[in-house]
Amino acid sequence: MGSLRTGMTDDDLQEGPQAVDQQTPVIELRHVSKTFGEVRSLSGVDFKVYPGEIVGLLGDNGAGKSTLVKTVMGYHRPDAGGEILFKGEPIHDWSVARARKLGIETVYQERALAEKQPIWRNMFMGREPLNKWGLLDVGKMKTECARLMSEHMGFTSAAVHPENTVMTMSGGEKQGVAITRALYFEAELVILDEPTMGLSLTETKKTLDFVGNIKKAGKSAIFIDHNIFHVYPVVDRLYVLDRGKVAGVYAKSEISMDDLIDRLYRVARTGSLEESTAP
Amino acid sequence: MTAAALAKPKTNANGAPSMLRRHGSQLGILGVGLAMWLSFVVLAPTVFLDVDIYKAFAESTPFFAIPALALTFVVITGEIDLSFPSIMALGTASFCQVAEAGYPHWLALIAGFSTGAACGWLNGALVSRLGIPSLVITIGTSFLYRGIELVMQNGAGVALTDDKYASMLQIFTGRPFGIPIQSLWAVLFTALLWVLLNRTRFGAHVFLVGDNPTSARLMGVNVVRIKTMCFILTGLFAVFSGLMTSFVGNYFWPTTGDGALLSSIASVFLGGTSVFGGTGTVLGTLVASYIIGAINAGIVSAGVNAFYTQLVFGLVIVVSVVLQTIIERKLQRRPILTQ
Repeated sequence: MGSLRTGMTDDDLQEGPQAVDQQTPVIELRHVSKTFGEVRSLSGVDFKVYPGEIVGLLGDNGAGKSTLVKTVMGYHRPDAGGEILFKGEPIHDWSVARARKLGIETVYQERALAEKQPIWRNMFMGREPLNKWGLLDVGKMKTECARLMSEHMGFTSAAVHPENTVMTMSGGEKQGVAITRALYFEAELVILDEPTMGLSLTETKKTLDFVGNIKKAGKSAIFIDHNIFHVYPVVDRLYVLDRGKVAGVYAKSEISMDDLIDRLYRVARTGSLEESTAP
Repeated sequence: MTAAALAKPKTNANGAPSMLRRHGSQLGILGVGLAMWLSFVVLAPTVFLDVDIYKAFAESTPFFAIPALALTFVVITGEIDLSFPSIMALGTASFCQVAEAGYPHWLALIAGFSTGAACGWLNGALVSRLGIPSLVITIGTSFLYRGIELVMQNGAGVALTDDKYASMLQIFTGRPFGIPIQSLWAVLFTALLWVLLNRTRFGAHVFLVGDNPTSARLMGVNVVRIKTMCFILTGLFAVFSGLMTSFVGNYFWPTTGDGALLSSIASVFLGGTSVFGGTGTVLGTLVASYIIGAINAGIVSAGVNAFYTQLVFGLVIVVSVVLQTIIERKLQRRPILTQ
């Protein structure tokens, strides 16, 4: 049953490039499955992200990308038998709060904002700073928020103030809040789930630059996008998911974009990346 | 550095949303409250320019204002608790049982408040853990708690005499500086709950949970715990109000809490807390509850037939909520009518 998860025998496809192979992954999923009622969204997924590595996650709708991300984040609890390891340590009481404390931040596809709240409350959502009395440091939240907005978000719109509710912002501005929020906490691992969805051309470029900066800062990232032209240039390794299983793992050096596109078409049609092998 | 950081957003054209925009929805209730008070003063100047009338409703209003303050938290999380009047009675019954059995009063207080916390916990667990709509399940627990109380008491009341409960009467019915202590408690609780809601992580999470529970969970907020704690808070404040009401009357009636339900809920909504969750203020709830309290006292003293009370009550609530909605939509530049 061990080979069931990929249906492949080629070792290079199982593991990343030799250079990073020696290191301990920041996050590792071992044989993780996730079932919702009768639907099996993930089955026997093995997944690793090494320090300083950008990992792309590709796959059709319903392939399990978002479920995988939410499992890494502790939002979904994996089925019994799966394991999550952070820097080599198996972690059993995995939760979003725990994951964030360990330095994993996510820009969710659905953005995860509270629209009726002002921007400053959204910016610090779930990890609000406290003063020496143990009370919310509202002053710090507001000034930091104003600073982040002008330094990192560089809004084109002039009407954005920390006190504005998120409801009043455009799609790109909302995404800016979600991304800045992930950046602010200096995460070890940033997960971006469809971050360019619904963004303008300049906003998309800004987002892709941001992914590049993660690598420069020596941090890791998981990057999910429908658009392979966005994913391919910024990543080091690629996972292809198909119907809840890892269909293939590629180091970018091993595969050209054209080849990758061919394989993605093939996997969508036949469930297999290779021409000859059966799934 | 702080100055520079502060100065940056000033370059934005619009700057901060004005106080009006942020607190506009509260204007309706304040306007209605002021208009009502002025008309009372005109209709019955002798009564309304005298301090006694204010003392009268300063004593009676906290009975439903205090549970309403805690209920505001539950409503902000997008839930409702219809069982708190029964918790008022059940908690007070626990107090009476322990006190009448000869145990010290502090132990009786612990018993009373523990009962309230337990009832609140059960509500919260059923709503947040099992995901049962609070509107449905708290109707159920309302009967349940009332039923337990009636069985416990065998339907009988308890006399809370001056000689036996002197210290308790001091706490719940005193008049320091001539001010009814009930209102002092209400104001103190408003201040404490304001801090809890606006200056603690718990309060911040209450808003997030009510605004978008999925977002809150994705960002690591424990939605189940936050909702449960709001229900427990309501249970505790309900017991306080139950004890206070009983000591004011020197008697614990098994029907304690009846009549609090609609006044409390009206106070929460009249105070500007959104029925959809995510927004609300405890100060608004306090002001609104005094407006509701004043209607009763005012109508009778203004010489209007008491049958009109409910009519005025209804008008004030309907008009204020409509005004609030219109003002809010105007401020957000949204259409007032749904297409």
